[in-house]
This record gives sequence, structure tokens and C-alpha cells, in this order.
Amino acid sequence: MIMDVDESDFSQKVLLSCNPVLVDFWAPWCGPCKMLAPVIDELAVEYAGKVDICKVNTDENMSLSSKFQIVSIPCLILFINGLPVQKILGFRSKNEIKKIVDIHI
Amino acid sequence: MIIYDIIIVGAGSAGLSAAIYASRAKLKTLLLEKNRCGGHLLIIDLLENYPGFYKGISGFDFAIKLEMQAKEFGTEIIYDDVLCIENKLNVKKVITANSIYESRTVVIATGTSLKKTNVLGESKFIGRGVSFCAVCDAPFYKNKDVLVIGGGDSAVQESIHISKFANSVTIICKNDKLKAIKVLQDRMLIHKNISVIYNAIPKEFYGKELLEKVTIMDVNTQQKKDLKINGVFIFIGLIPNTHFISNLITNEFGYILTDENMNTSVSGFFACGDVRKKQLKQVVTAVSDGVQAAVSAQNYIEENI
Repeated sequence: MIMDVDESDFSQKVLLSCNPVLVDFWAPWCGPCKMLAPVIDELAVEYAGKVDICKVNTDENMSLSSKFQIVSIPCLILFINGLPVQKILGFRSKNEIKKIVDIHI
Repeated sequence: MIIYDIIIVGAGSAGLSAAIYASRAKLKTLLLEKNRCGGHLLIIDLLENYPGFYKGISGFDFAIKLEMQAKEFGTEIIYDDVLCIENKLNVKKVITANSIYESRTVVIATGTSLKKTNVLGESKFIGRGVSFCAVCDAPFYKNKDVLVIGGGDSAVQESIHISKFANSVTIICKNDKLKAIKVLQDRMLIHKNISVIYNAIPKEFYGKELLEKVTIMDVNTQQKKDLKINGVFIFIGLIPNTHFISNLITNEFGYILTDENMNTSVSGFFACGDVRKKQLKQVVTAVSDGVQAAVSAQNYIEENI
């Protein structure tokens, strides 16, 4: 399941999560982000129970984009124990993303 | 093993159009795509010169429609990276990262990639201030100062888009005038926060975590100057994606040579869209190329196999 996260619950759902969390920073005007959406859906199913998958709308949560220095989307950030351990930029295939995530978990 | 009638490599406007016509003509059609359907369409904010779409359509929406139409007629789409193609007697072997596919004909529709400057610091700051996609990244530069490198249609069009967000947009152009078409240059003049520095090229990108400064050089005087900026967008041209086929098919600087029916130097191989050597690279001409390639492939099958 994919959770929509915003400024108010980011700490609780991402930073304090026991599981690793992959956060998809996206915006409605971004074509490549829309193309990535079905890939994220598939990842959520495959990683169920192991990695939480969240989405952050960068338009509505500008403080989060600025905190994590996001100036280019789509951008995925993997958080483990509250720390950003890996940034994945641009459109990537499911296998590419899995390869990168699997190194950390 | 299944033998396809037609394998199309690349699912941008040209490849998807070829797939629509081929599958509608009942050819067994496979479309191979490395990433996602749409190609350059995905970075077009508003496609406003495609005839019939009054007031324009977003590149993304257009791509989705093409993809749905191709699937509707029976096109099979597989996401895989083509590594090379072997031309055997009557059959073409398409070797991908994960499999091997066989086909009677092959259509190359792999388009182009955006050219990099290869200037010091560029790769370090990709995604940290250096961008190749204004539609994706311009909104992050609200009230910031942005540099655009290039002088063609894309550079000017994207500068106009960025100027709606940024405080200032400075275009640096290596020639003494812009190459962009007049309608775009005229439109640029309305946007008072866009300025142009002529005869200049980038030399180095600097910053800590994010990009902060770019050194540019005047090509005549060799004089260097630092510009404080928050982002750089690079639109300096394209390179054809033909590495996997360049030893098989005649090309010029990587662009595949074809006749007006999209036949390449090797029979049963066709090319369409931006990957082909041609003058006008537009969505509408890519679509037209794709359709012609599909019909030529169909004729080839009827005559030869």
C-alpha cells in the first residue's frame, strides 16, 4: 500500500518508521513522474512488509522539497532509521530501482 | 520461438505510430522500449503545434493516447533494452538485456538523447542544479536565478517556460545570434526577465551540495566571468541513439540514412522519427515517419516472405 505523506506526518511515517521507507517526490505537472507511478505501485506490492512506500507532492510540501534539496523530479529517497541513505533521480525501470534499494535493505 | 512480423525499437511518437498502423494491419507487432512509452513527448509541457489539437495537448496525455491506441489494435509492448540486432537470412534477431526476439522486419525508432556539455562539474550537479528538463524542474526555481545553455528552438522555448517561475533567466549562446525560429524569439521578448549573452560557452560548474556558480567564457576574447545562479538548464542539441545498430546500417554522425519510404541500407530494416537523418524533427513528422515505416514493412513482408 502506498501512503500519501505531507509536512504534518512526514516525521511520524517516514523518519520514525521501523521499516526502511522509499519516498517518491512527485508533482502533478511532471510527465516522467506520472510514468513512474505504475512502477511505484508494483514496488509497493513486491516490497510489502519490508519497505514502506510513500508519496510526497512537492507542490503542496515545499518545505520538504527544500529540506531534502530536491530540485529535480521524479526523485526517490530511501530513508533508513530516519536518515536519507540514497537518492534516485529521474525515471528508472523497476529493476534498476530494486537493484539500488536491495543494496541498502 | 514466435517470429514477429515487425519489431519496433523505441516507443516515442514515431515508434508508437508505427505500432498503431502495423497492428491495425494485423501484423504481429512487438514494441520494445527501454524506459516508458512516450520518449521526448514526456518532457513537452504543451504540444501546441500538432494539427487538430486546438489549444494544445500535454505531451504526457498525447503519449498515453498513442500507447492506448497501439495496445487496442494488438501491439505487444515489452520493456527491455536492445543490445544488438543480427541480420540472418529472412529473419532478424533482436538481442535484448533479458531475451532474444525474432522478426521478419525491424523498425528503428530510438530517437535521440540530450547532449551534455561535458564541462567540469556538470555530472556532479545533475539533479542538484543541472537539468535537462524544464517541464520537470522549472517550478523548483521559483524566484531563483537560472542559466539556460543553448540558442535553438528548445533553449528559447524552455527559457520562456522557466521565466514564468524564475526571477531571471540568462541564455548563453555560443554564436552571435540565436538559431531559434522567429515566433519563439518574438515571444521571448515579451518576457522581460529573460536576457541573452552571446558568444559565450560554459567552462565550469561550482557549488557545495547544490549548484551555486557557473564560469562562462567569451569565445572571441577568451575572457572568463562567474555568474551566481541556482540552476542551469542545458539544451545544446541531440545525439542519435544508434550505438546498437551503427555497424549494420549506414548512418551519418549516427543518424540513420533512409529513402522517403523509410528504407535503410539493409533490406527489411526501416528507420523513423528523430533517429533518421532529416531536416524537420517535430512530433508530427515523427508520427508520419512511423506510419510510413509500418506500411513499408508491410509491403516488404508481402513481397519478400
